[in-house]
Amino acid sequence: MSARDVTASGPRAGSPRPRLEAVSPRYGEKLIFVLLALCALISVGTTTAIVISLIVPTIGFFGEVPFADFLFGSDWAPTFADATFGVLPIVVGTLTVTFWALLVAIPVGLLTAIYLAEYAPPRVRRTIKPVLEVLEGVPTVAIGLFALYFVRPLLADVFPFLDWGGPFAVGVAGIAVGLMIVPLVSSVSDDAMRSVPAGLREGAYALGASKMKVSARVVFPAAISGIVAAIVLATSRAIGETMVVLIAAGSTPTLTFPWEFTESIQTMTAFIGTTATGDIATGTITYDTIFAVGSLLFVMTLVMNMFAIRLVRRFREVYE
Amino acid sequence: MEAGDPMPAAGRTQIAVAGARAGTISVLGKPNHADRVRELIFLSLLVIAVSFALAGLGALLVWALIEGAPRLSVDLFTEGPSSLSPETAGYRTAILGTIYVIGGVILLIVPIGVGAAIYLEEYADPRRWWNRFIELNVQNLAGVPSIVYGILGLAFIVRGPLDLGFVAAAGSATLALLVLPTVILASREAIRAVPPSIRQGALALGATHWQTIQRQVLPTAIPGILTGVILAVARAIGEAAPLLLVGAVTFVTVDPTFFEGGFTTLPVQIFNYAARPQEVFQVLAAAGVIVMLVVLLAMNSFAVWLRNRYEKKLS
Repeated sequence: MSARDVTASGPRAGSPRPRLEAVSPRYGEKLIFVLLALCALISVGTTTAIVISLIVPTIGFFGEVPFADFLFGSDWAPTFADATFGVLPIVVGTLTVTFWALLVAIPVGLLTAIYLAEYAPPRVRRTIKPVLEVLEGVPTVAIGLFALYFVRPLLADVFPFLDWGGPFAVGVAGIAVGLMIVPLVSSVSDDAMRSVPAGLREGAYALGASKMKVSARVVFPAAISGIVAAIVLATSRAIGETMVVLIAAGSTPTLTFPWEFTESIQTMTAFIGTTATGDIATGTITYDTIFAVGSLLFVMTLVMNMFAIRLVRRFREVYE
Repeated sequence: MEAGDPMPAAGRTQIAVAGARAGTISVLGKPNHADRVRELIFLSLLVIAVSFALAGLGALLVWALIEGAPRLSVDLFTEGPSSLSPETAGYRTAILGTIYVIGGVILLIVPIGVGAAIYLEEYADPRRWWNRFIELNVQNLAGVPSIVYGILGLAFIVRGPLDLGFVAAAGSATLALLVLPTVILASREAIRAVPPSIRQGALALGATHWQTIQRQVLPTAIPGILTGVILAVARAIGEAAPLLLVGAVTFVTVDPTFFEGGFTTLPVQIFNYAARPQEVFQVLAAAGVIVMLVVLLAMNSFAVWLRNRYEKKLS
């Protein structure tokens, strides 16, 4: 839709056509266009800057540390005098937190979404949605403190038979991250379920299906691409979460099994957060290590986000 | 049924209904007791899930209030951090630092975010690959972990091309890039919701493209844009991870300035207090959480209220 489209389609009368183009060249309009386009280009510039700032030190890092040692080594001690650079422990740490987070967020988020989309009366829906948005807006520092000083003692009371060694536990951090991403899962899947055409539901009801059958066997499968997108986005958010794990999961990069609920671990984000706080010198191997881990984190989340964006686009195309 | 049979309409309907019911039952089985129980269990599962999320939020708020209440006093706002007298230490420099950093964020994101949104909605031809690329790019940036923006800030803004050093301005620029996608996506939604007839009316009366946007589209879209900006600023206020990398430091005892000297913000200060083993700092951290939550809840509620009002007006 532009001004030119409107002027070009005037009536063709026999008399000489009046000039419909702008009388002045309107340089101001062109200047504004350029300024607005520059604003939009800043986002492209940001991505480019992220990639450049990650790649340059990462190349320097792999000049000193073999790629295979980094990716498959199981010993992570990059700041020690006798440094080793096996990234596996902190990758497993990240995945463990993500595992516990999803174990909470997928059932809670999806059931909440089904309730909001299919069961909740409009008034209840109008109350619950903003409350979930508030939960989404709670700063991660607050959630981390809540996990360390409230959730951990609570779980230690409920499950005294677990081995509660130190104050930090990967499972506690994971559950807190899970609570944090519930609103993300529920709002994206709620959107997907609500964009399922009413005709599908009515058809199922007309055949005598109960509300549960309609929700679980008609609406849920019809909205599956949006639901998968919600879960992928939540996974990516859990992988990238920093403050909660920095506060509640400890900082010991040991290779542990995911089911060791009370272990203290370190994640990729927590490594970057703790190591980069000191004023470390540019060009040292420690400095480059931060960027190498950052690159790995960026690639992991980028792949997931691209996948989720495609899925969301698909359900929008099918039903809207 | 034979043609011409004088059967009354009501009878025919009854037969049809009975037939349909029999057909349905043959496919789905008779609705029975077990089904009703299953239905009830499912509904209670849904309610439990919803209450879990709500209870989590409720527990967090109550915990912060109880834990931090002993330290809620004027000291919290007027005193700087101190490890010698933690009983009177507060968040003075952190709150000032937050105000500086967030002021910078607002100055950056409003023009850039709204400008980019106007370009994408009003000017960009979505058939061109570069416009589609910009769009995809914004969506992707929205999902990049915040700590990666910290790395960007460290390499590009603190050092590298901009070379600002570890100052509040660097924090502003980093957080602005972090929340920019939120502003762009929300502003686009708001601009898209303006009915096309308003644009066509203005253009038909001889307004230029920009005059149409400036005098018709933007005023109509303002509430939606404002909602997006408020939510973005709320996120920036609570964000700590990227600031750790761009130099928000533990103890800032002198009031910060924008372009010189160390700075810290409220969430970073809370994190630093929380990392100390003494109980007294734990309480201080919880009190800081209360301050932060009050500000953010107020902003969030305002944004939700604004959006509800606006949604009613347009539809």
